[in-house]
Amino acid sequence: MENFTPVTALLGGLLIGTAATLTLWANGRIAGISGILSGVIVPRGRDAVWRLLFVLGLLSGALAYALLRGQPTPLDLQVGPGLTIVAGLLVGFGTRLGSGCTSGHGICGLARFSRRSFTATLTFMLVAIITVFVMRHLMGGTAA
Amino acid sequence: MSTVTNRANLSIFVAGFLFGLGLVVSGMSNPAKVVGFLDVAGNWDPSLILVMGGGLLVTVPAFHLVLKNSQPLFEEKFFLPTLKAVDSKLVAGAVLFGIGWGIAGFCPGPALAALVSLNPLVLLFLAAMIGGMLLHHFLLE
Repeated sequence: MENFTPVTALLGGLLIGTAATLTLWANGRIAGISGILSGVIVPRGRDAVWRLLFVLGLLSGALAYALLRGQPTPLDLQVGPGLTIVAGLLVGFGTRLGSGCTSGHGICGLARFSRRSFTATLTFMLVAIITVFVMRHLMGGTAA
Repeated sequence: MSTVTNRANLSIFVAGFLFGLGLVVSGMSNPAKVVGFLDVAGNWDPSLILVMGGGLLVTVPAFHLVLKNSQPLFEEKFFLPTLKAVDSKLVAGAVLFGIGWGIAGFCPGPALAALVSLNPLVLLFLAAMIGGMLLHHFLLE
């Protein structure tokens, strides 16, 4: 468990929770990234504006962190181009079909004690754990 | 633009900023950290539990308090999900998302945060993810 980073993980989580709370308190919206992004890609009326601003804020926050630290944020990619495309398609299609991702279901939905979000979060967590087990321990490699 | 609109726009930008900051501070924009959590049979890294735990530590009590208000600060109503039933689309979507998440270690927020690296594979992931969203839009919406 030498990779465990409890302090930054908790701090980051508190920031994410604060951001989701501000989104609901001030704007009455759910900070679910897949829903927000899809609303930028396929605009639905004036809602595209706040979604775009949220995305620009998110990118600015990530950029500010790298600039303040004066170094790129660690990024260790797990798969090559082929599997990256497959994964991206599955994440994009799956989050739309399932009405949310880790943020919308995992952070916001669970906080509202939504049965749908509880089911979705449990499902994608378990399936992702099984997927990693199959790729790392049964197929024995992640390069593609 | 009215002052209310300006404040609403500023607050949603700040919310996005804090969200992006949280993602990179927590380490979740690095797929190795995410896969390190998902790999329960390997060199397990429980960090992601504390990220979700930290998030819920704020949202569980705060959402409860916020939703006692009759309306948000800058809008006339709360825009909450209306679907209540657990259906096959929800589960099928979560399964597909889980497979993709496990393969690459990226979910939508962290992938967006990682965009600032301008790494070609991150761009490729985001392009494919948007492709998947569009596929859903044109096939099923």
